[in-house]
Amino acid sequence: MIHVSHVSKIYKTGEVETVALNDISFDIKKGEFVAIMGPSGSGKSTLMHILGALDTPTTGSYILDGEEVAKLTDDELADIRNRKIGFVFQAFNLLPRTTALKNVTIPMMYAGYPKEKRLEVAQKYLKMVGLADRMDHTTSQLSGGQQQRVAIARALVLNPAIILADEPTGNIASDQAEEIMEIFQKLNKEGHTILMITHEPDIAEHAKRIVHIKDGKIV
Amino acid sequence: MEYKEIFEEAARTLTINKLRTGLAMLGIIIGIGRVIALVSLGQSSQKSVTNQITSLGANLLTISPGSARGGFIQGGAGSATTLTLADARAIASSPTITNVANVSPEYTKRAQVTAIGKNTNTSITGVETIYSTIHKVSVSEGVFITDSDNARQAKVAVLGPTTATNLFGTVNPIGQSIRIDGKSFKVVGVTVSKGGTGFQNQDDVIYVPLSTAQNVLFGSNSVSSISVEAKSADVMTAAQDEVGYLLLDRHKIASPANADFSIFSQNDILSTASSVTGTFTALLSGIAAISLIVGGIGIMNIMLVTVTERTREIGLRKALGAKKKDIIAQFLVESIILTFAGGIIGMLIGILASLIISKLISLPFTIAVSSIALAIGVSGAIGILFGWYPARKAANLQPIEALRYE
Repeated sequence: MIHVSHVSKIYKTGEVETVALNDISFDIKKGEFVAIMGPSGSGKSTLMHILGALDTPTTGSYILDGEEVAKLTDDELADIRNRKIGFVFQAFNLLPRTTALKNVTIPMMYAGYPKEKRLEVAQKYLKMVGLADRMDHTTSQLSGGQQQRVAIARALVLNPAIILADEPTGNIASDQAEEIMEIFQKLNKEGHTILMITHEPDIAEHAKRIVHIKDGKIV
Repeated sequence: MEYKEIFEEAARTLTINKLRTGLAMLGIIIGIGRVIALVSLGQSSQKSVTNQITSLGANLLTISPGSARGGFIQGGAGSATTLTLADARAIASSPTITNVANVSPEYTKRAQVTAIGKNTNTSITGVETIYSTIHKVSVSEGVFITDSDNARQAKVAVLGPTTATNLFGTVNPIGQSIRIDGKSFKVVGVTVSKGGTGFQNQDDVIYVPLSTAQNVLFGSNSVSSISVEAKSADVMTAAQDEVGYLLLDRHKIASPANADFSIFSQNDILSTASSVTGTFTALLSGIAAISLIVGGIGIMNIMLVTVTERTREIGLRKALGAKKKDIIAQFLVESIILTFAGGIIGMLIGILASLIISKLISLPFTIAVSSIALAIGVSGAIGILFGWYPARKAANLQPIEALRYE
């Protein structure tokens, strides 16, 4: 599913070179639930960006679901993100002043689905995350846990190859965090591949495999 | 993503912050409104000037004497006494003249006029009966100057409506007597108003028989101008040439360059007047157009603020699969809606303003379809022109940077 080999990312600021990722290689198979753990500054965010096709590596190869992502243009990356990746962000990143239903339809809008189909699919996934009665609520009328569930529904609508969750419980009260993790585990049982980044050990416990990263290297 | 949806989405976004949307449109509203109002008023005044000139008579040539010369001193045009009644008679009767319908010799001079205690200084015009035909003058009361008045050098006068009011107020002037340069005249008629204004008021005038003006009032045997009516608009140039060569011949002048008279055609005056008002309109519209550019910059400013403010939203949309063209379309459509709506509102305000102003200063109201098309086209173009840069800036944001943006 995911094949990362010899990936490095080097940031240049003037004359100073910062190595964020140093020759990383690993594989994630279909149906896995992997947690990537590491302290801040370890390079886990950079890895997340590259795996999420939000950024490209300086060197190395990244194959996602059979497609080489490392050398794509901006618009091609946008297409990969749209079709193959479902994002769940720490800060939810829902559109403000917009209903839950509308938020969930957005990836399908860019995928070119007709409007009726979009609403139908969005409703299905909102029911799945337990928000059937909150579809017409705007972002600000929902609790943190509810917002994250909207974001999970949004991540699922195009049936992505992988769900990328970046500190998904970082902004949520601990009782609601547990609910979110239960949803992830349920999705994983249904066959979804999930990659989660976190620095909390008890959250990482929910994953089947934990990868530790430090100073840009897997340890 | 369908176009209809992009428009719905943009319209929805714009209604979220109504105050800002309104302020952004204000520049365009004012700019378009000004252009529409000024072009409309310019065209109205052009039409009004044209109407006024044609009301002086149709297919008209005016012959004026040249400037008087005394040694090295050159007088103003029209000061010479080279045109005579005989010249006018020759134009009317010469076999070489084939394109002229009517000839009216005139003598005009300003003089002091008194009547029952009131007095005024006005233009005294000595005319023959034909004058009323050529210059489309008609009387509202009494009669105009007749042939027999001229034959008898009668001391009769026909007043312009303004002069009648100045001298007699509400009293009926017919049958009253007035004194022109101390000589007593009997008022026999009052003319219908021609609606002139200012220093060229065609209603502030007194008509007397030409023979009386020359012999009784001013003691001159020249005329101050000869009005010639051509048979049709098509033969104006031919008539001008015929009359010109006849007068050169009569005055024994070989070269037209040395002519001691000049001939103006009404068309010359019309085109001069139109070009003056046209230039004026263009100038004002040009100034107004600059304010349109300022309005456009206002739109760009607001759009740039919007892009910065919605950096996270743009980053998110890109993360979810929006391509550059999707982001460009979204922001460009927003700015086009802003300017287009502003253009329509501005156009309505401009039309309303010019309607009110033309009513206030009693001009005919005209609105050109071309200026409406221009307003709509220009405002749309401003939206594209000034929305392009902010939209591109939004589209080129890197999703990671944009998502991190606080």
